[in-house]
Amino acid sequence: MPRIRVEVDGVPYDDDVEPRLLLVHYLRDRLGKVGTPVGCDTTNCGACTVLMEGLSVKSCSVPAVQADERQVTTVEGLGMNGTPHPMQRAFHEAHALQCGYCTPGMIMAAIDLLRENPDPSDEEIREGLEGNLCRCTGYQNIVRAVRAAADEMRRQPEREVTP
Amino acid sequence: MSEISPEGLAEQAERAPRSEPDPGREVGQPRRRSEDARLVSGRTRWTDNLNPAGTLHVAFLRSPHAHARITRVDVEAARRVPGVVAAFGGADLAEEQGSLPCAWTVTEDMKVPAHPPLAVTEARYVGEPVACVVARHRYAAVDALEEIDVDYEPLPAVVHMEEALREGGPLVHQELETNQAYRWVFENGDLDAAFRDAPVLLERRYVQQRLIPTAMEPRAVLCEPDGDDFTLYSATQIPHILRLMLATVTQIPEHRIRVVAPDVGGGFGSKLQVYGEEVLCLLLARRLGRPVKWTESRSEGNMATHHGRDQIQRLTLAAERDGRVRGVKVDLLADMGAYLMLVTPGIPLLGAFMFNGIYKMDAYSFTCTGVFTTKTPTDAYRGAGRPEATFAIERLMDELAAELGLDPIEVRRRNWIGHGEFPYETVAGLTYDSGNYEAATDRALALFEYDKLRAEQADRRERRDVVQLGIGVSTYTEMCGLAPSRVLGSLAYGAGGWEHASVRILPSGKIEVVTGSSAHGQGHETAWAQIAADRLGVPFEDVKVLHGDTAVAPKGMDTYGSRSLAVGGIALYQACDRVVDKARRVAAHLMEASEQDLEFSGGRFAVRGAAAEGPSIQEVALAAFAAHDLPDGVEPSLDADATFDPGNFSFPHGTHLCAVEVDTETGRTRIRSYVAVDDVGHVVNPLIVEGQVHGGLAQGIAQALYEEAVYDADGNLTTTTMADYLVPSAADLPEFVTDRTETPATSNPLGVKGVGEAGTIASTPAVVNAIVDALRHHGVTDVPMPCTPERVWRALREAFREDPDPNPSAAPGAGGGLGSAGGAR
Repeated sequence: MPRIRVEVDGVPYDDDVEPRLLLVHYLRDRLGKVGTPVGCDTTNCGACTVLMEGLSVKSCSVPAVQADERQVTTVEGLGMNGTPHPMQRAFHEAHALQCGYCTPGMIMAAIDLLRENPDPSDEEIREGLEGNLCRCTGYQNIVRAVRAAADEMRRQPEREVTP
Repeated sequence: MSEISPEGLAEQAERAPRSEPDPGREVGQPRRRSEDARLVSGRTRWTDNLNPAGTLHVAFLRSPHAHARITRVDVEAARRVPGVVAAFGGADLAEEQGSLPCAWTVTEDMKVPAHPPLAVTEARYVGEPVACVVARHRYAAVDALEEIDVDYEPLPAVVHMEEALREGGPLVHQELETNQAYRWVFENGDLDAAFRDAPVLLERRYVQQRLIPTAMEPRAVLCEPDGDDFTLYSATQIPHILRLMLATVTQIPEHRIRVVAPDVGGGFGSKLQVYGEEVLCLLLARRLGRPVKWTESRSEGNMATHHGRDQIQRLTLAAERDGRVRGVKVDLLADMGAYLMLVTPGIPLLGAFMFNGIYKMDAYSFTCTGVFTTKTPTDAYRGAGRPEATFAIERLMDELAAELGLDPIEVRRRNWIGHGEFPYETVAGLTYDSGNYEAATDRALALFEYDKLRAEQADRRERRDVVQLGIGVSTYTEMCGLAPSRVLGSLAYGAGGWEHASVRILPSGKIEVVTGSSAHGQGHETAWAQIAADRLGVPFEDVKVLHGDTAVAPKGMDTYGSRSLAVGGIALYQACDRVVDKARRVAAHLMEASEQDLEFSGGRFAVRGAAAEGPSIQEVALAAFAAHDLPDGVEPSLDADATFDPGNFSFPHGTHLCAVEVDTETGRTRIRSYVAVDDVGHVVNPLIVEGQVHGGLAQGIAQALYEEAVYDADGNLTTTTMADYLVPSAADLPEFVTDRTETPATSNPLGVKGVGEAGTIASTPAVVNAIVDALRHHGVTDVPMPCTPERVWRALREAFREDPDPNPSAAPGAGGGLGSAGGAR
């Protein structure tokens, strides 16, 4: 069984994993990091989105072995010293979540979107989040939240870049 | 709409003003939700997150056939797979698994087939569970399914409702000798007079395609045994109903079962169910004496979680030449799927009283035939019966307008119930307590810039623009606040429609509110705290809302049908008032005053007219807790319960206007603008209301444009994944303009109506009306849903009398295949 070394939300792990074990199941079942949920099995919904080396990936389509020697950030690793990440705050403020099941993935995807484009238009936000489905909000408040977080993060870039 | 003058607008607005929230009060404030902190940080308790020590994982083997006799199930090889603890076929559990319940016997002669959680002798839809494996890991359980050997003898699939009803055709349930589950009829008024020699007679056939509800959280069940007691965690909307039904099905006494709905990731009706997997996890935990967990995969869920809609509607409308509607006749075929689940047969009947919409008419008839097919059972999906009804009447009103050459708004005006006519008894026998269709419509027209868009439409037609503009109208109402128990009784539903609440004041003055209405995204923890904070005069932060656990909230009727606030919220309101009444007695004693002289305001008692303030309710609570000095005969507690049974439904309404641009060369539709003005009565939290409207719109638009559960001719579901079943993304939906008018419900003290389903109910016909409006001058009178580019293109080509394709392919595919039973053929 392959052995991987992976850092998840700042904590190093060293584990034997089956080659077929999906990263999301490694996170949930082996590390107990259940903040990242699973919404589908075809990489359509994006609920399981995490950052790997700062880039968003759908952790249901990444084998855990591919995370070897990589840094993974989940929604549980966001924020600093107990202060929520601006994206988390913006989702709360803009009422960008209802049941909240898509929210961890949506937040991680939105953070990656702003890494690429710190000042997106509404249309760019909608296109950029196309891979993340939400059934509750109709997306309008999600767009609002991402825009608000973008404004906030551009004001205080250095503090907020790394989750 | 040249009839609408600015003065008219002002006058209407005056009649239904939106109340400004009182800054001193919680109700009406756009409070940010208390739920969010855990949800945005991943500190959630989804059922699949829970892992008690020793938890075993369950996987189900499901039928690959739409209809087949099961002649052998051999699980021996699966049992030998390392890590597998047990494996069972249906026959192994036949003695104990019972039959899944149907709580709504809509007619005395309704046919109710047995529905074993694990199929024993016959499988009747693709995805029906036939065997299960229990293993130490989820991967091992799924691996072992491959080792199970099942012999099937295929039987004919029954896919189309109209064919299912033909004499001598194949049967879904041989023993029932028919595929007709029931026939239910309602008639009122003189139909003959209304329809005989009617100057205008419209006949239409519309199909409500089959939809997959697709809550983002797939279903999950965890059952933990503790001696003879069982705690069952489930991603359910209905912990209370589920507990009772599990006891009924398994014969495990109700008081030995605790059901917990922890964080639940959306439901939209799909988790208003008693599922075989829930029963089986309970039975497996009892057999094995260990916690067992099952979590659905999405492609499993698309087959096995109940579907929604799926009706063929035959409609006839009679009218005068001036547009006044004389009557409406409705003849429905409703696809039950293979079995009658919890409320399957009743869903289309929730629309029985809504096909008349907001309009006055003399006569009305409604017939619904429930039909068995070899497909996934249908049941509640957001709106449940009312979207189907609303679609029909709102499409008909646009057709009537076109027939008469009238503006669709004008036709509605000539027929709707006037503001001064409430309360109004409708032709369908309901009493609409309040409404102001004029105000909502005028507001929507102004926000939409209706006249400007009509002018642009005329211009594009004139120019023969490739991209045509269409305007769709939907002036909907719905019945929610399910439901007065007496009405449910008269409809032969198996239970009542009340809701329960308890309020406890802790010794420190903090408040615990217990509600039987179990939220899964609706924000009850915030809204209920707002109501309690106001009624008790305590800070919002001092209130904690508890729900979703039958051990914590033992009484309840759960969450569906936009009932939580209009029923559960009122129970809370009443329980709070009872707490204040109890506190008043204690306060009067402490203040040495008479109860009648006390007033309660801002959380404090005071003698009326006196300057000095008395104790706060929280101080009174501490005195009641200490119990050192209570009046004789007064118990040392301020806690109170209330159970509210509504006297009537509530009737939200509104006007939705949709503008679409349709490319007549490609068939592609783009929503250009969407205005929703809803009247949901008084509002507890406008932020939550707006969110509910947005989400509702998204789902209604999705029915109009994107979603369809497609079966091929052999009864295979071809939309089993999210790659095939198109749940819209942010890029597929427009920005919505929303606003409200506020006409309070008169049926409850908060004046609230309910908002959970309004957006979904209203939006589907608005979008389809807009598409047809864009193309009507080309001769198009309908486009079947979902209005995919291909279907729009075909409708146009047919209207141009050009054969779109000399050999139209019957190949299945999302939005393009045979569709739902009977489909858009």
